[in-house]
Amino acid sequence: MATIVLLDDAGAPVRQTSGLGVQLGQRTERVLYGSIFILALFIVWEAVTLFGVEPPIVLPSPQGVIAAFTTLFSSPDLWDDFAASGQELLYGFALATVVGITAGLLIGWYPRLGYFFDPFLNFLYAVPRVAIGPLLVVWLGIGLSSKVALVFLIAVFPVLVNTSSGIRSIDPNLVRVARCFGATDLKIFRTIALPASVPFILGGLRLAVGQSLIGVFVAELLGAQYGIGALIENAGEQFQTAVVFAGLLIFAIAGMVLTAIVRGLERRFDAWRI
Amino acid sequence: MIAQVRILPEPTDEAAQPRRLGEAGDYLCARNVSIAYAGRGDGIILAIDRVNLTVRRGEFTCLLGPSGCGKTTFLNAVAGFLPISSGELTLHDQPIRRPGPDRAMVFQQPGLLPWRDVLHNVTYGLEMSGRLQGRAAAERAAALLKLVGLADFAKSYPHQLSGGMQQRVNLARALAVEPELLLLDEPFASVDAQTRETLQVELLAICKRAEVTALFVTHDISEAVFLADRVCVFSRRPGRIVREMRIRLPEPRPQARLKPDFLDYVRELSAILGSAAAAQPS
Repeated sequence: MATIVLLDDAGAPVRQTSGLGVQLGQRTERVLYGSIFILALFIVWEAVTLFGVEPPIVLPSPQGVIAAFTTLFSSPDLWDDFAASGQELLYGFALATVVGITAGLLIGWYPRLGYFFDPFLNFLYAVPRVAIGPLLVVWLGIGLSSKVALVFLIAVFPVLVNTSSGIRSIDPNLVRVARCFGATDLKIFRTIALPASVPFILGGLRLAVGQSLIGVFVAELLGAQYGIGALIENAGEQFQTAVVFAGLLIFAIAGMVLTAIVRGLERRFDAWRI
Repeated sequence: MIAQVRILPEPTDEAAQPRRLGEAGDYLCARNVSIAYAGRGDGIILAIDRVNLTVRRGEFTCLLGPSGCGKTTFLNAVAGFLPISSGELTLHDQPIRRPGPDRAMVFQQPGLLPWRDVLHNVTYGLEMSGRLQGRAAAERAAALLKLVGLADFAKSYPHQLSGGMQQRVNLARALAVEPELLLLDEPFASVDAQTRETLQVELLAICKRAEVTALFVTHDISEAVFLADRVCVFSRRPGRIVREMRIRLPEPRPQARLKPDFLDYVRELSAILGSAAAAQPS
């Protein structure tokens, strides 16, 4: 990423001073405080299980969870779970991205298209979309397609809504400048509307990551042979609480990694948003 | 809309009499131009009332008036953004109907694309008008950045520049399309006073070098006197030109600010502006 240097009128860099007396970067500080809390949480967890406040069936110890992890990773079943959930996530998310961005661009750019679709979209948005799950199973069966469809339906909204509001919020001054130079609508779309909405699109994708994970879990609850969600569901029914914890961690890690990727992309486009 | 605007007989004042259309040297010509638009709620708002103005090539004309007097509306009509309600508005004897590559506008807001570096902001107008692309555009842009004194900032992004520097980029972008007529709408209103004076001096030099005709809207009297060959004073809304004044100041202008002549012009114009404002209570 390019470093940002502020310049005064003479072209000399402006010196920026931190508000803190200590020369501790804001980033370091953030990481430090964040880690302290996680560490404290672990200590409390360890202590609670060590003194046997709750039986392991209710609250397994950290060691118990690690042990469950090792058992899981040594069984070939886990890879089938990963493959199943991964597929649902990937297909659903990819479909949501493509459809959400395309539809968002069109609806944002052509106001009449917005008038046409807005009531329907608002209706769909108001329905708790996980509730559409059983319907999708009826329509598409219990296989991959109904699960991908649910992930898609849940994840497409943040992408679509963000993209269209990105297009709608472009700076009228820029459009006026472009028109002044005789720009066609297509050129204005390509050189102003599209780049201006990139941060909005990425913000939508970041929200969609979390939403698609919800979709994967709910879809697998509705009936699945393999999948991390199914794993959690089965383990819960058998009171293998440590395995439930392990499954939750897998979800959390997947979500964090995907969000970090989108955040990385967002940061690349952040430089000019100041 | 037009029905509301009564066309009165030509003003008897000799000075305000427009030259005949197509007379040698005339370039931009407004004849009894009125501009009205639908107001909020009821009625029609008359923004510009029978304006007559002729501009010769290479002339620097300032439209001076209180804010809200319609001078920007007039400029927008010249740019081709707004249709006129009655009268004639011609450029090279051709009625103005739409924006064209022969005119470029510099707004008060720099309006730079934040995701393009300075060089590619300057090439933007060239790309949009389809004149030059790629290398040729970049070369032209680099030359213009040199002209506005920002050659070292070609790779910077707009947010890294001060307001004054951004406005120079804006100017360079407008000049890049090699307009015959440069339309400036209070371009220096939002930069600090010192930068403004520097930019005024630079603008004069650039206009001279690039041989452009300039129509400059401002409400700042000393800015108008400093820049203009001719100042047209607008009344309050509906805007009419109440006075045209030729400014004769010694060249080079940068030293003119402290001359008694300069102050006389400023004094006279502020008196006219004062009476123009008083004449029509708002």
